[in-house]
Amino acid sequence: MDKVLDVKNLHISFTTYGGEVKAVRGVTFHLNKGETLAIVGESGCGKSVTSSSIMGLIPSPPGKIVNGSIMYKGKDLTKATDKEMRKIRGVDISMIFQDPMTALNPTLTVGTQLVEGLKHHKTLSNNEARKQAIAMMHLVGIPNPEERMKQYPHQFSGGMRQRIVIAIALICEPELLIADEPTTALDVTIQAQILDLFGRIQEQLGVSIILITHDLGVVAKIADRIAVMYAGKIIETGTKREIFYHAQHPYTKGLLHSVPRLDLKEAKLIPIDGTPPDLFSPPIGCPFTARCPYAMEVCDKVYPTHSKISDSHHVECWLQDDRAKLVAGSTVTSK
Amino acid sequence: MLRYILKRFTIMAVTLFIIVTLTFILMHSIPGSPFNQERGTNEAVQANLEEFYNLDEPLYVQYFIYLKAVATFDFGPSIKQPTATVNDLLGRGFPVSLELGLVSIIIAVISGILLGIIAALRHNEIIDYIAMTIAVLGISIPNFILATQLIQTFAVNLKILPAATWSSPMHMILPTIALATGPMAIIARLTRSTMLEVLTQDYIKMARAKGLSPAKIVFKHALRNALMPVVTILGTLLAGILTGTFVLEQIFAIPGMGKYFVESINTRDYPVIMGTTVFYSAFLIFMLFLVDIVYGLLDPRIKLHQKEVK
Repeated sequence: MDKVLDVKNLHISFTTYGGEVKAVRGVTFHLNKGETLAIVGESGCGKSVTSSSIMGLIPSPPGKIVNGSIMYKGKDLTKATDKEMRKIRGVDISMIFQDPMTALNPTLTVGTQLVEGLKHHKTLSNNEARKQAIAMMHLVGIPNPEERMKQYPHQFSGGMRQRIVIAIALICEPELLIADEPTTALDVTIQAQILDLFGRIQEQLGVSIILITHDLGVVAKIADRIAVMYAGKIIETGTKREIFYHAQHPYTKGLLHSVPRLDLKEAKLIPIDGTPPDLFSPPIGCPFTARCPYAMEVCDKVYPTHSKISDSHHVECWLQDDRAKLVAGSTVTSK
Repeated sequence: MLRYILKRFTIMAVTLFIIVTLTFILMHSIPGSPFNQERGTNEAVQANLEEFYNLDEPLYVQYFIYLKAVATFDFGPSIKQPTATVNDLLGRGFPVSLELGLVSIIIAVISGILLGIIAALRHNEIIDYIAMTIAVLGISIPNFILATQLIQTFAVNLKILPAATWSSPMHMILPTIALATGPMAIIARLTRSTMLEVLTQDYIKMARAKGLSPAKIVFKHALRNALMPVVTILGTLLAGILTGTFVLEQIFAIPGMGKYFVESINTRDYPVIMGTTVFYSAFLIFMLFLVDIVYGLLDPRIKLHQKEVK
């Protein structure tokens, strides 16, 4: 399959008064054409930083890509100049932000903000740009687009604003769409509509999507593959099926146990105790050791090797090591 | 919109009436009269003079005469300069004061905003520190000190600029710098802080995600939002510039309205006090009204007119 994006061994750090925060510590993943990859993890695990780095939007200083590569169309985005990145942003790679209430400029009409990106990247007449904008508003499900073009963001509801944000991101028909928690700020009924919309635009425009979220419900609905991030590392990747039904990493299992389920009689939620490690001085071994119910002596001392469960399913956990299986037996895989 | 303007004008009229009344009360509660200082006038002459200026009437009658003067905008002759009417003085002084005030406010707004933007974009760099040092100095040094210092340096020591009066563009340089520095500093600091706040907003990130150039992001997306608070304080700054002209016109011997205003109070020149106060207040109230209109134009969320409930 065609790889749209190939991220290898990405390291990103932030210099602060307290020292260097290693927000992303060696992340490797790829995205195939037309698929949706979900990056899940709790707050501060580095998922938003990873996605911002693809857009070249890491505030620098204090942020810095220390190591690694982001290959897009044979070009390493970590080495692209700001001018080159401006030609990629919006046209090839677009981004949707979390909060539609703040993502739109309050002093410009929705139409201006929609057309702006289009006219910036392509030479179009005003009329043609307007037509495309109206078509895009139709696509994302905004009624009366001609009228709505002239209105300001404060005249739209939250869900409608998120549709506008999506329309702005899609207006130049990008190949890759990064959606950073696109439904977090919306109420549930609107969430479902927006998720449906994602499915529809993917079908119509063939765009590849990276979905950043902490909401496994959203993931279950639209993701093809899932990457689970913890403390700046991807600890498990797999297809949606593999992650939901055959999760191997104790952290992934913990996440799944923290989701309310209606289909099981035993509705009790099992939270993951403790908090993620301090990324000023991340642990040498597996960062999940302190919270892991299956932690072994080796976990604290050496970072786990990469284990391949299937072609698509990869885990970084000592429990997958053949020697661990001898000790712990089969109890490991089910809690 | 028209309804709003009508409403505002009614409020403005009421405000002006209150100012006019207060001025009258204050004016007559200051001891002394316009003829006190003149020695040797005999009583008959003084009585004649008082009769001419209606000063022999009881206060309430004077008040109504005064209200009539305000309403018709005819304040009669000045007491101290009998050759000129108050309207003559205003007609002579106002263009000069307006020129000084207008040039100053334009300089203050443009340089203040530019300084603020540069400081915000170069946040925590040396340019930022320099700009903010200038701003703090500008706020803390009163304009009359700055004015005398400017005269000392540029007129007396360096002899490159004239020290006083108002007859050529060269003469305008020092007074406008002295008058504009304070407001410029306030605008620069405000622009910097609001700009810094705006630049961290999501819609700026979104504008960057569209691939727009930095210049477009600053001027199209950030500046308009950052300027809202600046427009808000512009009203207050106008008042500051106006009162600043009183002092600076004295220092630089500029024949503007401020000079007549200060003189008239010292000499109890009642018609001139009335005329200048009314004129100044009306002008300031009108400028504040303009600021509100501009504010509504800048920010679409502010509606000047209330929609009628059907």
